[in-house]
Amino acid sequence: MSTAASVVAVVAVALASLLVGAFGLRVSRTMSDFYVASRVVGPVLNASAISGEYLSAASFLGVAGLILARGVDMLWLPVGWTAGYLLLLVFVAAPLRRSGAYTLPDFAQLRVESTQARHVASLLVVAIGMLYLIPQFQGAGLTLRTLTGAPLWVGQVVVAVIVVLNVLPGGMRSVTLVQAFHYWLKLAALLTPIFFLVGITMTGGAPAAISRLDAVDWAEPLTGDYALYLTYSLVVATFLGTMGLPHVVVRFYTNPDGRAARRTTLVVLGLLGAFYLLPVTYGILGRMLASDLVTSGRTDSVVLELPGRIFSGVLGDLLTALIAAGAFAAFLSTSMGLVVSVAGVLSQDVLRRRTELGHGVSAFRLATLIAVGLALVLTFVSARLPVAHAVELAFAVAASTFCPMLVLGIWWRRLTAAGVIAGLAVGGSLSMSAVLATMIGIDADGVLGAILTQPAAVTVPAAFATMIGASIATRHRQPAHVAQTMVRLHAPEHLILNRGPFNPAGNDEQRADRVTAHR
Amino acid sequence: MSREPAQRHTAEKIAQPPARVTVTSPRTRAARARRVSIASEIDAQSRLGEVYVDSLMRSQLRLSLVVLGALAFTLGLVPLVLHLVPAVGRIVVLGVPVPWVILTVVAFIEIVLLGVFYVRRAERNEAAFSDLLDNR
Repeated sequence: MSTAASVVAVVAVALASLLVGAFGLRVSRTMSDFYVASRVVGPVLNASAISGEYLSAASFLGVAGLILARGVDMLWLPVGWTAGYLLLLVFVAAPLRRSGAYTLPDFAQLRVESTQARHVASLLVVAIGMLYLIPQFQGAGLTLRTLTGAPLWVGQVVVAVIVVLNVLPGGMRSVTLVQAFHYWLKLAALLTPIFFLVGITMTGGAPAAISRLDAVDWAEPLTGDYALYLTYSLVVATFLGTMGLPHVVVRFYTNPDGRAARRTTLVVLGLLGAFYLLPVTYGILGRMLASDLVTSGRTDSVVLELPGRIFSGVLGDLLTALIAAGAFAAFLSTSMGLVVSVAGVLSQDVLRRRTELGHGVSAFRLATLIAVGLALVLTFVSARLPVAHAVELAFAVAASTFCPMLVLGIWWRRLTAAGVIAGLAVGGSLSMSAVLATMIGIDADGVLGAILTQPAAVTVPAAFATMIGASIATRHRQPAHVAQTMVRLHAPEHLILNRGPFNPAGNDEQRADRVTAHR
Repeated sequence: MSREPAQRHTAEKIAQPPARVTVTSPRTRAARARRVSIASEIDAQSRLGEVYVDSLMRSQLRLSLVVLGALAFTLGLVPLVLHLVPAVGRIVVLGVPVPWVILTVVAFIEIVLLGVFYVRRAERNEAAFSDLLDNR
């Protein structure tokens, strides 16, 4: 196989990311000047960065594998991940940017003015972040094993080390340019081989026998047990989960104002729609050209293996190397975004509260090491979890916790701190127990098994109901500044109004950091 | 950091000539006084101010729910229709089964168009709110 070229490609992507990371401050400064100077380029560049961070191992490798294995029902994944951004756009994008919150715990504190609600939110950010990091690390291990035959842990450790080296010197500073570059690299890495693959399939020059696409359980929808429930639950998790992912929220801070946040999200919809046609194509091509991967259970590697199987020699090597580079860009940009947001929360709400680490930077660096180390350990422990399914579960947890907090917090004046805490606790514990059951490998039959596989359709309504019910029960304990907070969330920035005294606790260093990064 | 600009400000003040006084006709002053009052109603968290903010929130929420409803009654009904009338799933358009067409091309176009619709309307709602505060 094309070991040498692929290893070179992976090393090149890692080095490029490291170099830009090392000069992160300088790059982000010129970047931001660029933003301010040109309003037309701003949203496109920012949207590239958001999409670059969002398109993870699950999108790059997992979707194609699932479509290859399970067919039309899995098309809901890319549709749901894009529709999730539409709902983020219509319910939270502009108000979230206007809130001034940098993280989800910040938002909880701003809206319900309770440090307890903040701590519960912090705990959930770490949980969701870990759940989302595991498949990134797993994907890296899988990729290096497929390309070079190295054991799984090699790729996992390599990505962990690169992420740490990237995040440590740059800290909280914006790596917008790297992530924007990663989007276009991922698009090119999947698009280029498709031209060759489709071309050779059309002209009938493919060396492998072309399988027919008429297997009923693959081509026709809703064929399995509980298929209707599973599909709707997946729809709920993906449509509502996107807005609750910790690394997505952080990225919205780079928009200059609420109006720009909306326009950026609109461009993101276009970029995601364009990208997601590609993994779908790989899934279909894989079914035609490499259907043996289904029987051998290695569907996750279809994107990596397809070019090398069809084209021999230099062309096959180069195409595989390109895909390897794109895959590593996917692991790196998503992992970096997740580690930055998890470490930010850890350093702010755990380390500086419990230890003597006064300076933001040293606490943040320690938190980075803890976050990556923990994710690595969890990856080793949960080796049996399929890549895309771990991500589905992370969406389910986000949809059952932060989605109700954001939607109700922005649109319903009567939300209280007790309501938020109760809702996060109920939604979080229900969805996380489904996650743990899947990780441990409990195979329940029947309805319970279906719910444990796709918990969102049960846990999301439960979380909404709890949050509303507990808020009504405690309606005499309204946050003091709720009127000003609503003005802050909804009034356009150019109006001179009192937006309340919000300043996230102990956030000064990071804030100063952000100002240098974004201006 | 917060002290420096203040010091500079006082230093500039000493060097500057006496502050200017705006001379305006009673008409403009009356208009300005009323403009300040809507914003200050909101700032004072009065019932009237809350009504203004609520009107903005309600128009924006109604728009969001329209988009959500449009998505739910098209894409959202696809699994149910396919479940109740499986024959729909076997219809073939240009050699491709209908569910594949819907979930690869139609869905993404619909999502982007709904996004464009939403952004236009949301900005119009905000402009109306700004006009309300600026003009009266």
